[in-house]
Amino acid sequence: MKLTIKLFATLREGRGKILEDEYPADTTPKDILASLKIEEKDVAILLVNGVDGELDKPLNDGDTLSIFPPVGGG
Amino acid sequence: MYGYRGKILRINLDDKSIKKEDLNMEWAKAYLGGRGLATKYFYEEVDPMVDALSKENKLIIATGPLSGTPTPTGGRYMVITKSPLTDTIASSNSGGRWGAELKFAGYDMIILEGKSDTPVYIDIQDDQVEIKNADHLWGQVVSKTTELLNKEVGEKSKILTIGPAGEKLSRIASVMNDVDRAAGRSGVGAVMGSKNVKAISVRGTTKPEVHDKEALKEVVSTMNKQIKDNGVTGEGLPTYGTAVLVNIINELGAFPTNNFQTGVFDKAEEISGETLAEKYLVKRTGCYGCPIACGRHCKVDDLEAGGPEYETIWGFGADCGVSDLGNIIKANYWCNEMGLDTISASTTIAAGMELYQRGLIKDDELDGTPLEFGNSDAIIEWTKKMGLREGLGDKLAEGSYRLGESYGAADVSMAVKKQELPAYDPRGIQGQGLAYATSNRGGCHVRAYLISPEVLGLPEKLDRFELDGKPQWVKTFQDLTASIDSLGLCLFTSFAMGAGDYAAMYNPVAGTDHTADSILETGDRIWNIERLFNMKAGLKKEDDTLPKRLLKEALPEGGSKDRLALLDQMLPEYYQLRGWDESGVPTESKLKELGV
Repeated sequence: MKLTIKLFATLREGRGKILEDEYPADTTPKDILASLKIEEKDVAILLVNGVDGELDKPLNDGDTLSIFPPVGGG
Repeated sequence: MYGYRGKILRINLDDKSIKKEDLNMEWAKAYLGGRGLATKYFYEEVDPMVDALSKENKLIIATGPLSGTPTPTGGRYMVITKSPLTDTIASSNSGGRWGAELKFAGYDMIILEGKSDTPVYIDIQDDQVEIKNADHLWGQVVSKTTELLNKEVGEKSKILTIGPAGEKLSRIASVMNDVDRAAGRSGVGAVMGSKNVKAISVRGTTKPEVHDKEALKEVVSTMNKQIKDNGVTGEGLPTYGTAVLVNIINELGAFPTNNFQTGVFDKAEEISGETLAEKYLVKRTGCYGCPIACGRHCKVDDLEAGGPEYETIWGFGADCGVSDLGNIIKANYWCNEMGLDTISASTTIAAGMELYQRGLIKDDELDGTPLEFGNSDAIIEWTKKMGLREGLGDKLAEGSYRLGESYGAADVSMAVKKQELPAYDPRGIQGQGLAYATSNRGGCHVRAYLISPEVLGLPEKLDRFELDGKPQWVKTFQDLTASIDSLGLCLFTSFAMGAGDYAAMYNPVAGTDHTADSILETGDRIWNIERLFNMKAGLKKEDDTLPKRLLKEALPEGGSKDRLALLDQMLPEYYQLRGWDESGVPTESKLKELGV
């Protein structure tokens, strides 16, 4: 299935901004983090199609996964 | 006297008298300092029905007991007055170095009364205080005023000033300090301008006494470590500044675009914190005593200046449909030079763009610079004209509500209590909507920053669409924030600290015995006295609301698609938790309990 992975802030370093690729069915956000060598503790916000995602919930074809490190502002 | 300096500078501009009064320590015990204590003074001394731009209004500039101490971020001051924008209590907060310097000069606060018949500035050099002629400064932009004053009174003095917008009584004028820091919101600069006070220069050479130096040293070291170890204050804010939020809020579909017509800006990446860091960032800057240093200095063409912050990038960017970050940096610069609040100035231009879109503002009013969404020249040109009240800029200077009203379309104003909303669409972040609607100074995100739990997951992650529990979160955040402001610290410390940490810092400074509970209770007291002032100023339950668009028009796309702000389902519980009656009025028993 096709997934779009968007990375932000420091997570872009050495990985890029947007990754669009084919992934096996039942791929989870956890699998994606592992494939990108991103540790779970470095992820503060994980969104699937703009809403809070779950690490172990399989993604669907066409999903967009957005991953942010701890950041803030006001 | 520990923490506090124990002195107020009371300056009457009618008869040019300068008095040094003892600080009321009973009140300081109950209201801490800064925002809380100044509001207590204001409440006791000023008729809530006063016309905000009349000489009967007063302007208080206050520091907190931790301002100018070694506590992290202890450099802040607040401007308390009745707002000409909202007719509520105003309390605008700023960093930089000026606040700490006032403390070093020996004063906790300054109260300005009356009105000078000619432009003046006030020069403070420790115990020497003079009111001086400011004819030569009147009309100057902020950086020039600062430069001229530093030549006149000394390079070491810190300068607080208004720009042309404050002189011309723009209801969205800010008070500026240290060139590019702003007590931005609620038109406090217009009140200073109405008194014909252009600036206050201050130089101080003594520090406040501390009750227990050793204990303070220990707690400051612990808190600095807590700040460094926290992902937001230790890495996110120092690396990217506040602008890193652009992409996050846009991904949630809660990034107000084209005057809140949608929550997704398809060019967000072009104006993001990441792009800012890559293309424009020159250096990071920090306020007095700050280990975070979220401030930015950016360069575009031949212009190098402080900022921009997330809110400003959003306001001139997505909310005006503009993706040219270079021009956003320039518009931010002109806001600072004119002394305009960047949130209200940018979103008033966005409201003007919607009036143009609706055909209500015509081309013949626009001097060749159309107010079209996406016009990146318009944000610069109309900011300058707003500051100088030229052409349509005269109407823009009144803020979005009065601008819309003048065209029979006040509904273009995305404001609460006539103050423009900031950069988070409450249709996608429900608790923030309740915080906006109940804010004591109108549309504002820093009376209770629910983005922290609802988006960033601090101190714990909440579902942003859920309503249950949000009224309690809003109340707790409002109370805690009131105390943080009143102590004289930056709200950003709260990403890494809780109520108990603030008590732990205040106690060794002032010799008090505060706890987490008493810090929150003090915040509750401050919140209630602000509310009481607003009620006496004529505000009603009906004013605790959101713009109709946010209640009635669902977001059309993105991560918050089809959502509305469900305020009515949260407000009654909020009143109940506050101990207010069904009309939102603080009950006698609640006020008695708090000793208000």
